[in-house]
Amino acid sequence: MKIRLSGVTKKFGPQTVLNAVDFEAEFDHTLALIGPSGGGKSTLLRLLAGLDAPDAGEILVDGDPLPRNEERLRVHRSHTGIVFQAYNLFPHLSALGNVMLPLTEVHGLKASTARDRAMDVLNRFHLVEHAAKQPAQLSGGQRQRVAIARALAVDPAFLLLDEPTSALDPEMTSEVLDVIVELRESGKPIILVTHEMGFARRSADRVAFIAEGGVLECAAAAEFFESPRQPAVRQFLERILKY
Amino acid sequence: MAKVLSGLLLLFAYSALCWLAFSQSLKNWDQVWGYRVTFLNGWATTIGISAAALVLSTIVGSLTALARRSSFLPLRYTAVAYVETVRGLPLVVLVLFGFYGIANAVGWNDRISVGIVILSLFSGAYIAEIIRAGIESVGRSQWDSARAIGLTNAQTYRFVIFPQVMRQILPPVAGQFSSLIKDSSLLYIIGIPELTFAANQINSATYSTFESFVPLGVCYLILTLPVSLWTKYLETKVRYET
Repeated sequence: MKIRLSGVTKKFGPQTVLNAVDFEAEFDHTLALIGPSGGGKSTLLRLLAGLDAPDAGEILVDGDPLPRNEERLRVHRSHTGIVFQAYNLFPHLSALGNVMLPLTEVHGLKASTARDRAMDVLNRFHLVEHAAKQPAQLSGGQRQRVAIARALAVDPAFLLLDEPTSALDPEMTSEVLDVIVELRESGKPIILVTHEMGFARRSADRVAFIAEGGVLECAAAAEFFESPRQPAVRQFLERILKY
Repeated sequence: MAKVLSGLLLLFAYSALCWLAFSQSLKNWDQVWGYRVTFLNGWATTIGISAAALVLSTIVGSLTALARRSSFLPLRYTAVAYVETVRGLPLVVLVLFGFYGIANAVGWNDRISVGIVILSLFSGAYIAEIIRAGIESVGRSQWDSARAIGLTNAQTYRFVIFPQVMRQILPPVAGQFSSLIKDSSLLYIIGIPELTFAANQINSATYSTFESFVPLGVCYLILTLPVSLWTKYLETKVRYET
């Protein structure tokens, strides 16, 4: 998978979150976006998802520019698997209902086909026994796995995960990271924002460091963590790996 | 069991108290009984008007709530002006102005239908606010999530927002319906022969104030108490974590 940003700027009111970013990355499986809070990681992910549009510049995914008009952006989103930090499941639907909704309403599958496909994915993540439960009855880790199942069930071109483990305790974190590792092995390209440095180092092909409204450094994971070139990256890693 | 017992005991005590105080005023039933048909007709009119206004005000309220969220500014401002005007005026003023002012000016003389429309416009403004608050109580993240899976705007409302809004707003809307039933009594000032009008008429004809107005109160309670009990039941039932 290949993404390319040229001159991408995104502002929220008076605040410029991404400032004329030029960035290119090619990777087989996983690209990890790391960096300090407020640096623009999640904003970049939302732009790639087509949830927000940049104020200036162009984004290419596998050579195709992201559309500008809302209807085509919607189609782009429907073929992209997006997972949020706070799970964002629909609280009035069961786990199965959550996974089925995009299949029946967006992708036009018949209810029975959608149910089979949803159950397959839930089964893969060991969630079959929880299929009928509502999100409030599930643990954080289970909710996030359902959210990943929902994103994956539509067979997306790639997956975008925005800090998928930040709201979870360590045990649930590993439960969700296991799922992401499995995804990686199944060959779906993944771009994820994460604070789990150990995980980024072991499972990502490439790591991009985003701070101060731009991409400061992007390198293969091992190289990035062993010999960061930018002083800001070195400082960040020293601080974050201190304890 | 203890609850039921103490409830019955209290009811008995209060009834006895009222009886001691007012029994002198409660002996003219025979004469009032002669007007039972007038009274029941009034009650039927009240129920009919309330039911019609309930349906109409729900429609008005839903459309207004959507209009208030519209990105088309003239529509949004019209909805805001409507809601704020109606909520800022007493219902009596709306009834008088609506009937003697507007309805008379356009030559619309059917009191009952005018009454239903005025009541619906009044109640619709409150229902619009309840629905709007309900829609806004559904978090930003739900919209994000709906957009993320590729739902259109209309689908988002249908599959994600409304089901959650319904559960949120049922208790306050039920409460509003109970208000609507009570507020229909104000239509007596434009001469609609509803329940309050009938009771007042019977009082004038028989000089039996208590015998006319006690049944009046009881008949309103028969309509509103189930609604408020239902509201309480809904309040306990619909809460879920998000």
